[in-house]
Amino acid sequence: MTIIDTAVQSSTYDPHTPIVNDFTIVAATENGSGSQTANNALIRAIFKMGIPVSGKNLFPSNIQGLPTWYAIRVSKHGYTARREHSEILIAFNPRTSDEDLAKLPSGGVCIHPADLKFTTPRSDVVSYAVPVKEFIKELNPPQSLRDYIINMAYVGVLTELLGIDRGQIEDALMHHFNGKRKAVDMNLGMVDLAMNYVRTNLPKQDPFRVAAMNETGGQILIDGNTAAGIGAVVGGVSVVAWYPITPSTSLVDAITDYAPKLRPAEDGKVNYAIIQAEDELAAAGIIVGAGWAGTRAMTATSGPGISLMNEFGGLAYFAEVPIVIWDIMRMGPSTGLPTRVSQGDILSAYYLGHGDSRHVCLLPGSMQECFDFAGVAFDLAEQLQTPVLVLSDLDLGMNNWMTKPFDYPSQPLNRGKVLHTESFETFLAEHNNQWGRYRDVDGDGVPYRTIPGNQHPRAAWLGRGTGHNESALYSERNDDWKRNMDRLSHKHDTARTLVPVPVVDSKPGASVGIIAYGSTHDAVREARDYLRAQGVESSYLRVRALPFNDDISQFVAQHAEVYVVELNQDSQMLQLLCSHVPALAGKLRAVNLCDGLPLTAEFVTNRILEHRGVVRK
Amino acid sequence: MTTVTNRPTNRIGLTSQDYQGGTTTLCAGCGHNSVTSQIIAACYDLSLDPRQVVKMSGIGCSSKTPAYFLGRSFGFNTLHGRMPSVTTGVALANRTLLPIGISGDGDTGSIGFGQFKHMMRRNVSMVYIVENNGVYGLTKGQHSATADVGQNLKYAGINELPPIDICAEALAADCGFVARSFAGDAKQVRELLKAALCYEGTAVIDIISPCVTFNNQDASTKSYTYGKEHEERIQDITFIPSYNEVQVDYEPGTEQMVRLHDGPMIKLRKLAREYDPTDRWQAMKLMEESRIANEFVTGLLYINEARATLPQMMNLSDTPLAYINETDLRPSREAFANVMSEF
Repeated sequence: MTIIDTAVQSSTYDPHTPIVNDFTIVAATENGSGSQTANNALIRAIFKMGIPVSGKNLFPSNIQGLPTWYAIRVSKHGYTARREHSEILIAFNPRTSDEDLAKLPSGGVCIHPADLKFTTPRSDVVSYAVPVKEFIKELNPPQSLRDYIINMAYVGVLTELLGIDRGQIEDALMHHFNGKRKAVDMNLGMVDLAMNYVRTNLPKQDPFRVAAMNETGGQILIDGNTAAGIGAVVGGVSVVAWYPITPSTSLVDAITDYAPKLRPAEDGKVNYAIIQAEDELAAAGIIVGAGWAGTRAMTATSGPGISLMNEFGGLAYFAEVPIVIWDIMRMGPSTGLPTRVSQGDILSAYYLGHGDSRHVCLLPGSMQECFDFAGVAFDLAEQLQTPVLVLSDLDLGMNNWMTKPFDYPSQPLNRGKVLHTESFETFLAEHNNQWGRYRDVDGDGVPYRTIPGNQHPRAAWLGRGTGHNESALYSERNDDWKRNMDRLSHKHDTARTLVPVPVVDSKPGASVGIIAYGSTHDAVREARDYLRAQGVESSYLRVRALPFNDDISQFVAQHAEVYVVELNQDSQMLQLLCSHVPALAGKLRAVNLCDGLPLTAEFVTNRILEHRGVVRK
Repeated sequence: MTTVTNRPTNRIGLTSQDYQGGTTTLCAGCGHNSVTSQIIAACYDLSLDPRQVVKMSGIGCSSKTPAYFLGRSFGFNTLHGRMPSVTTGVALANRTLLPIGISGDGDTGSIGFGQFKHMMRRNVSMVYIVENNGVYGLTKGQHSATADVGQNLKYAGINELPPIDICAEALAADCGFVARSFAGDAKQVRELLKAALCYEGTAVIDIISPCVTFNNQDASTKSYTYGKEHEERIQDITFIPSYNEVQVDYEPGTEQMVRLHDGPMIKLRKLAREYDPTDRWQAMKLMEESRIANEFVTGLLYINEARATLPQMMNLSDTPLAYINETDLRPSREAFANVMSEF
């Protein structure tokens, strides 16, 4: 067994032996220069050629000017995780070009503006110098659009060099500009200029090619925040309160964009409210009020916002108010790296509050789950009368992913045990005229709930975060307190039976088990193939929710070594697993990364191999 | 909801008993208990359906009081300083409810100051009562942000920081109903409450409500003695409900009538000074003049019902969002298919 390196290794590879649909392009540009249009056009065009593709945007916390990198992975194997290396560099940012060039593997490709001079040029990479300034002179676009149009030059160069279908580039631009022909033509003008220039002046010297496949048919490209936003509207959201914070803002933007299309106004009036609060604290307060009053209410935030929602998390848990909090995790602690991915909020989300509260957390790992869990979260919140946190992350939320289109939900909304005026009357008749807001009638720890507007004279109750008895009356009695807390623990056990179960792929005889969650799924999927090639067969369990269920204990029991893969400093999921299966904790090993970048299969593979004693050469 | 009793009933057949809540656990003589009594009286007088009211509060002595009135109403005793946001959520979820929010000077003037201002900025329809005693009671006697300069407390000593004036802050936030009263002035509190309960938008009433345990020494500007000796009503206020068909008499020149959106009227009889509470600039001027002169002015300081409320601004459906049925909460299959086809 050896430590793997998936980068192109040969410095002497033959340009006549093509490398087809298996490489990564990294576009190094300046933030705010409009490179997203260029990158999206490339991804969409390749995707529409039927070739599996993914994009990872590594961008700075800045509006304009700081360096940004966009990695486009083309993979005939269908791998979509980030890679440690990119074979093709678009060196369009003079401030990082030397460093970017140095990172290219031998045999790589560098596409750069003709006037860009490298401090240390490399003879072991193929360079294509492109006179973008001359292109701009020739095209003469409006001054304000110049910087944007320049980026279309590398789209043209790549289209010609790699053999991307120009028609698909045009279609992608039509999609991007919503069919606005003038904008499309201006951008396409640059693409064509660059293509012609390459054809005439830059003979192909590298082996990289794309070739149409049939692997993406029927799929769409979408980011997780958009999927979640649409899912929330489909899932019956009524009140959204939020405060702008990267990387969650685009989730609320998606709700704002799609709610009018999905649930159009009637007589100018809408059946949802989207309100920008003064801070995350108020956003949490608004949804607690709205959830208490009977609506499906949610917020979207990130780590620093979660901190501010801490006290409301405890209140909603204890007063038993259904709310949904989407946490699009980014790198902390503190302001941290606001535009970089992390899975660092697992513990703070699970224990949100100042102690003795545990929350249902959903962990989407795909676009499908970002969509599905938006509705599932509301169902669970109302079924269990408790906050539900959905822990997505920047990679899932803001990058484009391939997925099957979403289906219209097959199940009705589950509103839980809500008693309205008439059902309350029936409830009393069936329960010996006994009613208490916090009575455990069904033995599952979940009481019945009435909401304001109920006309029955006995339906009202006073919600509170202070000690209360089964009738919601203020109580400081120790027995009341203990009974209530025991019931809440019992309710948490009920939650174990209702949350999405883990996805398990068990390989008979495998001694290695891998546990992962969220956006690391694709890196793990790919890593398992590499491990298999090294003779290490592995089973895989993907956690999709907290609290854990028995599947997880069994999985740990069944494997001699269990690797817990996650993107945080303190191996937070591993900590939770240790307390879930204390007798088996010795089997658990951390495969954790905390550098702000999406996980790579190389990292997962090599860390597991190292754990198993394989030494890096 | 009828009650068999010999007690008098209001227009919806309820007795004042039906507006009571649990027994107070506040100190005997606490100003907050007087305010509680006037809330009960005002709701009874207005024949408010308790099922329409939601009682909201934060944390503190004042915030405990929703347990002591309107036992048939839903309510939520929330977090310290966070009642405004929770009430905003309730107002969005169900625009037909009438929230009565009870707060204190710590809850509003310190920890909840930001939320207080933003709630008024949004014009959330509610009555927001500040039971203002200048002191933290539950934590045993610290100065609050509304304490006047020179307020002298047993343990905390002398306050040297300028007070936050709840009414001035409300005016600055363009709140359309701003009043100040004194817990010892039962009639004024009650009439202001009735007007506030009929007002559409945020109605703020800052009620000086003495803390008999920690801040009722005669020299304190938040004491009963000081209030009784120094209260200066800017007008004599009488609430006239709209169901009262009798001709309303008033004397132009000495009396001013303000009509609320649903028809009830507020009759304001002029007292010592010329004052028009529909003039925001005059109200701000009065706040500044009374601050400089150390005057304790009470009454309806400002009223203007012109601003749209939050649900109006947001074009929310007339059916409360909490009562939208599932068919409408889910998009149609066609709308969903159209959106998915965009990708």
